[in-house]
Amino acid sequence: MSTDDEGTQGTAHWFDDDAGPVVRPYAMTRGRTKSAAQHRLDLIALVVAEDPTLEPETDHALSPEHVDIVALCREAPQSVAELAAGLNLPIGVVRVLIGDLADEGLVHVSRPVPPAELPDESILRDVINGLRAL
Amino acid sequence: MILGHSARGKTPVEPVTLKILVAGGFGVGKTTLVGAVSEIRPLRTEEMLTEAGRPLDDTNGVEGKHTTTVAMDFGRITLREDLVLYLFGTPGQDRFWFLWDELATGALGAVVLADTRRLEDCFAAVDYFERRSIPFIVAVNCFEGAERHPADQVQQALDLDPGVPVVLCDARDRQSVKEVLIQVVEHAMTVAVDRRQAVTT
Repeated sequence: MSTDDEGTQGTAHWFDDDAGPVVRPYAMTRGRTKSAAQHRLDLIALVVAEDPTLEPETDHALSPEHVDIVALCREAPQSVAELAAGLNLPIGVVRVLIGDLADEGLVHVSRPVPPAELPDESILRDVINGLRAL
Repeated sequence: MILGHSARGKTPVEPVTLKILVAGGFGVGKTTLVGAVSEIRPLRTEEMLTEAGRPLDDTNGVEGKHTTTVAMDFGRITLREDLVLYLFGTPGQDRFWFLWDELATGALGAVVLADTRRLEDCFAAVDYFERRSIPFIVAVNCFEGAERHPADQVQQALDLDPGVPVVLCDARDRQSVKEVLIQVVEHAMTVAVDRRQAVTT
């Protein structure tokens, strides 16, 4: 993120702690900052678990974080932002992991409202009514 | 897993998710506002700037605040089983604006939270939403000890388009924040109707 604009002090190489907490989590993605499919993952895109009979725990290609994501999504669909918060991982890392899981068919990502347009009036009316009823 | 088994055979509800942004200057109460209505404790990453940010962040007028928000604070309101609203507090400082465009994509509207003691702090946010045609309202957070200004004075001072609502609120108060959010959605609806008419006529 903003790690390259300051603190380079003579060397461009960062090892261990020097790399800082922003970089290290990407070890979980084996350094990838994008998933192969690069699903368009909005912060509020919902990640929904697929077939509950699949057991991600037995898939050795998956990391514990992958398994955690599937477990959380099985309880209820989770937004990308919530998964990042729940696992205490940067959004970018979570996006890559979700991409892996989608490729494996363990989850799918639902994005009902196209980001480019405003939701239609009936939904806005539902939101207003919902807020009033809180 | 018990939950996995009990859910088997049942199609899980996939709610429609929407987001409203909460913008405004440093220390104006964005996270407080989100927390006042959210059903979950807002995600906070404030500690990241507790020390590092101190020489840069001007806390004049907001001496009570020791940390600032770097990443996004967000909260959630489940309006119905199939309708979930997320509130995202935007980073308060200009140098984190690279996060904004992504946040703003697909947002249904925005609240610019203003403090009349430091009104200029929200100029940037007002500018941002105006340029991107994102429907927004200005909510003046009525801090204790701050002089109260009528909404139309704030409207004038910010040089807002006449259609942009200005409301007074208390960011700590759930009822007050609910009203603010309702205003945002109503405004977004007005904007949507106006745009459609502009297209068809």
